[in-house]
Formats: sequence, structure tokens, C-alpha cells
Amino acid sequence: MAQAQGALDSVRIVSQRERLWRTFKQNRAALVGLVMVVIIVLAALLAPLLAPHDPLAQSTINRLAPPSSEYLLGRDDYGRDIFSRIIYGARVALQVGILSVLLGGVLGTAMGAVAGFRGGWVETVIMRVIDVMLAFPDLITGLLVAAVLGPGMTNLIIAIGLTIAPRFARLSHGPTLSVKKTEFVEAARAMGARDWRLLVVHILPNIAGELLVLASLWTASAIRLEASLSFIGLGVQPPTASWGQMIRDGTIHLTQVPFYSLAPGIALLLTVLAFNLLGDGIRDVLDPRAQA
Amino acid sequence: MAKFALQRIALSIPTLLAVFTLIFIIVRVIPGDPATAALGDYASQEAVEALRERMGLNEPIYVQYFDFIGGLLRGDLGRSLITSEPVIDQIRFALPHTVELAVAAILIGLVLGIPVGIVTAIYRNTFIDYVGRVLSLAGLSFPAFYLGILLLYFFSVRWGLFPTLGAGDFSDPVKNLHHLALPAISLGLIETAYIGRMTRSVMLNVLNDDFVRTARAKGLPEWAVLVRHAFRAALIPIVSLAGIFAISLIGSSVLTEVVFSRPGLGRMMVGSIRQRDYITVQSIMVVYAVIIVFINLLTDLIYGLVDPRVRY
Repeated sequence: MAQAQGALDSVRIVSQRERLWRTFKQNRAALVGLVMVVIIVLAALLAPLLAPHDPLAQSTINRLAPPSSEYLLGRDDYGRDIFSRIIYGARVALQVGILSVLLGGVLGTAMGAVAGFRGGWVETVIMRVIDVMLAFPDLITGLLVAAVLGPGMTNLIIAIGLTIAPRFARLSHGPTLSVKKTEFVEAARAMGARDWRLLVVHILPNIAGELLVLASLWTASAIRLEASLSFIGLGVQPPTASWGQMIRDGTIHLTQVPFYSLAPGIALLLTVLAFNLLGDGIRDVLDPRAQA
Repeated sequence: MAKFALQRIALSIPTLLAVFTLIFIIVRVIPGDPATAALGDYASQEAVEALRERMGLNEPIYVQYFDFIGGLLRGDLGRSLITSEPVIDQIRFALPHTVELAVAAILIGLVLGIPVGIVTAIYRNTFIDYVGRVLSLAGLSFPAFYLGILLLYFFSVRWGLFPTLGAGDFSDPVKNLHHLALPAISLGLIETAYIGRMTRSVMLNVLNDDFVRTARAKGLPEWAVLVRHAFRAALIPIVSLAGIFAISLIGSSVLTEVVFSRPGLGRMMVGSIRQRDYITVQSIMVVYAVIIVFINLLTDLIYGLVDPRVRY
């Protein structure tokens, strides 16, 4: 009886979405990534509840105090609780990571699509600039733009967003070219549809999966970039807690208070890993051939 | 091959010009006045004006552009805003330290990564493969500067095996290698993750090919199938991707140099950014651009050498 039930289950018609979710659930790495991302997002949202201390409360007498039962990872240069600052650091990492990918994703996708639709010299110029930008490592592009814009959260998001944009432009450019020539797009255009409408209605759905994979993988890289630029001092300005900055401040005290530098690094590593696992997992689900 | 090489070299000239133009645009056209930025908000009007004059910022933009490109063609990168020394001299000193680090890291990456990729591909979906994949994904997620700090903490601070700061002089190879070891290993391990992962997927593709089955069918020992047939075919995409990794390595080397206080290009760049020395920043970007275009060229040429089809 139970067996018959099982057989019935397996022939049950499932929706596309349900099928994708099933494949996703079978992918252990992707599931781990998703759980990790959810935990990190929750930690960032609930930071005021989770953090045992005020991340900005200074106490000069207790500077560089070693870990204790009340201050789990010890205190930093200004006597602030390192553990609480790591939890609050998740906010900066996620804000910069997500907003810069949104900025870069929207800008890049639009650039690629505009280049594809317009053709001619507009396309030549846009794609040429994109080629040049892609030739540079993300960190060097980010470093240059951040240096020109100056430090601060908004500038950091713009700098990382601009660094990321070309990768999305590459993605949207190809499909735009192929869709442009189809009859249904010509029909839509004949009925007066504008470029942006063609992009949203006809092109985006075709590349939604790839966009999602790219967005997840680049969120990982954006968080890594945020930490790297903060490490140099081009990131979010003190006293706001940011992992990259904590790592930098801690390197000077590596001998006395190793956790100062090492603990925020572990948070950073796990966050980047989470988004990489998630992105890899989504790719495997959407493209089973790529699954090795 | 000579014709192919000449063609490729000729093609890299417009690319370089485009890159130089973009660097020029980013540094000058983005809002904000470099002279004010260099001197700070509280500088006097006269000081800012004098610096604008010295930097050529009062010229029309097209004159500045041709001055910039013309200077590059003559090998003149301008003078540092801070020290007033020609930037090229400082770069001549810094560049070898960066090249040494990058070459060492990519060698470590190839020597470790390729075997890891081959082994995980052969033992696909076994425990070995699983461990290899987890480690390589961890490697991809490791910010290079953080791995550097970890190595620094354990090997230098705790166990005192390696020096913490600086780079050895080139005249003293032992000391030089001693200083090079940790930064090269930290970048090399991350490179290993990239190369291992890529080699694995390339090998998996190749192992499904008909010619591999033929090689097995005619009774070749497995090692010969793998090394002489499969790996040789896999080498072609590995070469081109190794070029891409070498370029991304230049990016990670910036922070690694900062962590280990190595006097290379990356640390020089970060230093000039902190001092708001835009001329030096711009010059280092130009050097990076030349290196990147050169690596791409080299990759293309090696590609042409190992795969004759590319030459036509």
C-alpha cells in the first residue's frame, strides 16, 4: 500500500517551480548555502537583539581586554565589544553587497540591452568600454573608482556597483540581440512598445535564471570587495563596524589580541562562502548539464 | 605562427589605447577636483590653483588627453604629487617585487591545482572529490588578504618561522625567498582553488570524449589514457583560463602586499591613494593595463602554439 502510494506520488504532475525546488533541495551544498544566507540575514536584521553590547560603546580602560564570559571575543582598541561589532558588521556587509549588486545589475543589464537594441556606434562604444573594464581584476577597478569617489558607504556602493555592471551587461547583450530579430518582438514594436518594455517583458524572463546566479555569485564578490576596500580605509567610515576595517585595525594587535583581526575574517569568509554556495547551487539546478 | 603573432601584437595596440583613455576618463571626468582632493578641503585657493597649473588641469580637456597619451608614448609617466620624483623610477623599483610574487603564486597554483583537478575528476562523486570540491569552494571564498593574515599569525607571530614584514633584496636570494614564501603561498593556495576547480570541469568534459573511449578500447593503460590523451586535450582550455587567473591574481596581490608590507606595485598604489597622489595612481593603473594586455597577448600566443586551429 505504502509502495503504491509512493509510486502515485512520483507520477504526480508537478509545476516547474516545484520541480526546481525539489532539485534544489537535493543539492546539499546549495541548501547549506541557503541556510547560511538566511542565518546571516537574520543576524543582520536582529543585530540589536543578538548583540550583547552596544557596538559603539567605548571604554578606554578596557581597551584590548582579552576574551571573557561577558565579552566573548574580547574588546578592541577603544574597548568596544568585538563580538557585537561582528554581528553589526553583517549589516554593512549585506547592505553594501546587496545594494551594489542591485545597482550594478540594473545598470549593467540596461547597458547591455540598450547596446543590443540600438546597435551602431552606441553598441560599439558601450561594448568596448565593457570589454576594457572586464579586462581589469574587480579589485583594481573597484580600488580606482573608490579612490576617485572618496570613502563612505554610498561611494563604496557606487564603486562596487560600477565594477559589477559590465558582467551583467555581457549577460543581457546576447539575448537582446537574438530576441531583437524575432517576429514577436517586431510585432510588439509595431504596436508601439518601447525598448524598456521589450526588455522587461520579453528579455528579462529569458535570462532570469542566469541573472539570479550572477547576482548571487556577485553578492559574494561584492562583500569580499567591501571588506577589501574597507581594509584599505576606502570603505565605511568609523565608528560604524565593518569587517574589513576590524581586520585592518586588528592586524596591529595580532600578537596580543588575535581575535580582533581573525574573528571578523571568519564571519567574512562564511558570508562569502554562503553566497557562493547558493549561486553555485542555483546554477546546478537551472542547468543540470553544468552539474558535475 | 609569425603572422599570427604579429596580428595579435598589432591588435593589442588599440586595446591599450582604449584602456588608457578609460583610465584618463575615470581619473579626470568623475566629479571632484584632483587638486583639491590632493591638498584637502582646507587648502588655500592659491595653493590649489598652483597645483592645478602644475598638473595641467587648467588646459582644455583634449590638450590634457593628448599630453597624457603623448607622455605615455615617450615613457613619461609624470612626477609624483608628493615627492616630485618621476613616477617611473618608483615603479622600476616596485615592479620586480610584484612580478616575483605573481609568478611564484601562479606556479604554486599550477603545480598543486592541476593534479588536484585531475584527481577529483577521475574520482568524481567519491569522498576525495567531495573534499576537493569543498576545499576549492572555500578557497574561492577566501579573501586573499585574510588568508595572508592567518598565515602571518600562525607562521610568523606564533611560530616565528617567517619574517613578518617587507621583502628581501634581490641580491640575497635566500632572504628574498624567505620573505616571499608566505605571501606567495597565500596567493598560491587561492590560485590552487581556482585552477583545481577549472581543471576538474575541463577534465570531466574531455573524459567523456570519443577519443578517450577509443584510447581505452585499444587497451592503453589508464595512466596513458589520462596523461597522454585526456590531459593533453584539457591543456588548451587550461592555458587560456590560467591567463585569466593570472590577471585576477594581480588584483589579489594588491592587498597581499599591504598585509605583508611588500614594496610592490599594489602597496605603492594603496599608498598613493591614501596620499591622494593622483598622478602616481594613474601611472600605476597604466602599468597594470600594460601587464594585463601583455598576459592576454601571451595567453593568445601560447594558445596559438598548442592549438594550430586558432592560428587561422
